[in-house]
Amino acid sequence: MIEVCGLTVRSGGFRLAAADLGVPSGGYGVLMGRTGSGKTTLLEGICGLRPATAGTVRLDGIDITGAPLSARGIGYVPQDLALFPTMSVRDHLGFALRVRRVPRAEIATRVATLAESLEIAHLGERGVRDLSGGEARRVALGRALSFRPRLLLLDEPLAAVDEATRDRLCVLLRRIQREHGVTTLHVTHSRDEARRLADILYVIEHGVVTSRPLASLAAAGDDA
Amino acid sequence: MTRSADDPAAGAEAPPPGAVPPGRTARPHRAGPDWPFHAAFIALGSVYVLLVVALLAADVLSTSPRHLLDALAKPEIRFAVRLTLVTCTIAALLSIVVAMPLAYLLSRHEFPGRRAVEAVLDIPVVLPPLVLGLSLLILFHLPVAGATLESLAQRHLGMRVAYTPVAVVIAQFAVACAFAVHSLQVTFDRIDPRAEQVARTLGCRRDQAFCRVVLPQAWRGVVAAFTIAWARSLGEFGPILVFAGATRMRTEVLSTTVFLELSVGQLEAAVAVSLIMIAAAIVVLAIVRLLGGKVA
Repeated sequence: MIEVCGLTVRSGGFRLAAADLGVPSGGYGVLMGRTGSGKTTLLEGICGLRPATAGTVRLDGIDITGAPLSARGIGYVPQDLALFPTMSVRDHLGFALRVRRVPRAEIATRVATLAESLEIAHLGERGVRDLSGGEARRVALGRALSFRPRLLLLDEPLAAVDEATRDRLCVLLRRIQREHGVTTLHVTHSRDEARRLADILYVIEHGVVTSRPLASLAAAGDDA
Repeated sequence: MTRSADDPAAGAEAPPPGAVPPGRTARPHRAGPDWPFHAAFIALGSVYVLLVVALLAADVLSTSPRHLLDALAKPEIRFAVRLTLVTCTIAALLSIVVAMPLAYLLSRHEFPGRRAVEAVLDIPVVLPPLVLGLSLLILFHLPVAGATLESLAQRHLGMRVAYTPVAVVIAQFAVACAFAVHSLQVTFDRIDPRAEQVARTLGCRRDQAFCRVVLPQAWRGVVAAFTIAWARSLGEFGPILVFAGATRMRTEVLSTTVFLELSVGQLEAAVAVSLIMIAAAIVVLAIVRLLGGKVA
């Protein structure tokens, strides 16, 4: 379970003001907002990329507000994916496990299972520069899930892909999230994504986060 | 003045930008050929290219394989070749060890005094070489609290610095490191810091993220920076002359050999050694060109 209480984060001239937000264990939270509303800043504040100037972040009851980035146990998929250009798909899936000095045999098994589950087993040793948009997103998702994080943060994971790929990835995201039982916070500006994925909905406007009923998604239009 | 949607003058009747006002006749536009422009630029630009080619050609034409072999047969020149290879390599390695963290910090972090540090790093590049050598000499002999760096090196490391091969390395390093920093800073600037941040969310400490994610992307840039530092060390003369001297079979490197051979009227030997240095410089350039385009 993730609980964000009064989190204040600065990003250049932008200030995310006292954000409150919570997603129960194993839940799928969607945070909607327009470009520049502070979505990415909030995710970066939660995972520790930007220091909080006030407020707390609690993960499964433990305060992680001041915890080092590497010790938070949060899987993060940034909007640009930030794949490692010198590594293969298999290297990406095993990266966090190698850092944790997991035995090689176990890494091989877990990577194979994860690749199968994400339907990227055939990509194996391929470099990430050659991947399609959909494949690259699956690799970034697999890399973030590989060490079994307690929280998964997805920053517009379905942006800039065609509609058919987006549909397939939506189905995959929901299935993977249920299989892993990982608490997820998904940032988007798409109502359609929110409709299809959200257990719990938040909207962010000008750095202010508010909770909204899922029923509010029934309104017309696709964008936030 | 702005026009409203109701203004009958708005819309199709507005003249396009650049239109000739009524009552004036338009002068026919003469496009003209492009070749005079290209010819003028090529003529001016080729002056320098031809100068460099002529310099190299003059060196090659004014010597012969015989002179080259005679020069390489001299024990003093063979010593200078060996000392040059050793000192340039040590200076370039030291430059990379120091320049890599410095360039990374300058590339990734905003900190108070960052601009001042960058300005300080430009000083060895623009400082007259003799002044740099003199500054090194003064630094090592400046008494502070009753001791100098020279005396400290003798007391604690059992070695002299000034007028020894150690001084050659220090003089080469003093300039080469600045070039290595500039080169590596460009390399790190080209590498997306986002991947490093994600690596840290995956459990990496900063040093692990640097070694596992940044360095594999930067290795071509590191090799290029090493090569540039090596080349700068090869060409260093002024600081070496002042700080290390030009003692044959002791502190003589190839750049000082050219000077020493010239000073005793051995033009053929000086040109032969110059050709060796030109060949080394061309190899270095080829490596940098090969790697430079593929950095990050």
